[in-house]
Amino acid sequence: MKFINYFSSSVMPLILLLIIVYGLIEKNKVFDIFLEGAKEGLNIVLKIFPTLIGLFLAIGLLRSSGILELIINVLSPVLSILKIPSEIMPLAMLRPISGSASIAVATDIMKNYGVDSNIGLIASTIMGSTETTLYTIAIYTGCVGIKNTRFVLLAALGADIIGIIASVLIWNILEF
Amino acid sequence: MLNFLWPIFIIVSFIYGFMSGNTDKINNSIFESTQDAVQLSITLLGTICLWNGIMEIATKTSLVNKLTKILYPLIRFLFPEIKKESSVNKEIAMNMITNILGLGNAATPIGLKVMKSLQKENDKKDTISNSMAMFIVINTASLQLIPTTVIAIRNSLGAKNPTGIIFPVWFATICAAITAIFITKICIKRSK
Repeated sequence: MKFINYFSSSVMPLILLLIIVYGLIEKNKVFDIFLEGAKEGLNIVLKIFPTLIGLFLAIGLLRSSGILELIINVLSPVLSILKIPSEIMPLAMLRPISGSASIAVATDIMKNYGVDSNIGLIASTIMGSTETTLYTIAIYTGCVGIKNTRFVLLAALGADIIGIIASVLIWNILEF
Repeated sequence: MLNFLWPIFIIVSFIYGFMSGNTDKINNSIFESTQDAVQLSITLLGTICLWNGIMEIATKTSLVNKLTKILYPLIRFLFPEIKKESSVNKEIAMNMITNILGLGNAATPIGLKVMKSLQKENDKKDTISNSMAMFIVINTASLQLIPTTVIAIRNSLGAKNPTGIIFPVWFATICAAITAIFITKICIKRSK
């Protein structure tokens, strides 16, 4: 644990340092170049801001109206065919749409069922192995003004489902 | 995609919210969501500007060239349409490295930069190109060496072995990533 804590808190500073030192060794005007790039960053944020407002509004409404819970309840029996425990369902459904909500739900699951219980371990594995799909697609396409995303949502959600099933499967194999 | 999903999300929420008497909560969430978006944007503004600047330095050094060379066979397989001499290759290599190291804060700004570069070579500006599709899909698969956020949560909840999930996470991520790449490749082939 100590090593991993140390590792994860030192990678970012090390990469920063490495890049700047490398830039200096190869005789670049590092600060001027940095400013050029940073300026570009402003445009990117301006471009994704409207996407964020729109997306957060829709996700916020889905959660506060209670419809998300209803959908989860309706879909639970269907997805239990895939051997996904019903306790995991809220997390599996929320994970692709909302990052902050899924962290909250996962923490809740781990607290209620125990961090080291089968359910808790599965929830942790799902959190570690999947991304907030909808958010990623929305900001990546939003920043360049793409309207037609073709099959991307399908491919990403397909991967999420396999990731969730794999998380359940691996713990069933490891525990027995 | 969102032209279709977005109004559905909103309309369905309103109808259900009114029926179930959750109007207060809906009302609050309208204000809260705009605040959340502003807050996230401010956080993003800092990290995106920082990493965009650092990336600009990185692409001017030979360090990234070396990394790109190592990762090139993989990049070539995933993005056959990107030209060998294109500088996008370097940005993609950096995005992959930051993703694997779990530096989400750095990976997203670099990823957005890649999208901008790919858009320059895109013929139909409002439609996603094959390379863009593959790039987004591998980013949603979140290949990560050490899942720091979950480990932190597990640690705070007093898990016996907070890091015990690392190998299972690798297994699940790799399954998901292979699926993502496979579906994308098939969809690209079929759309030709």
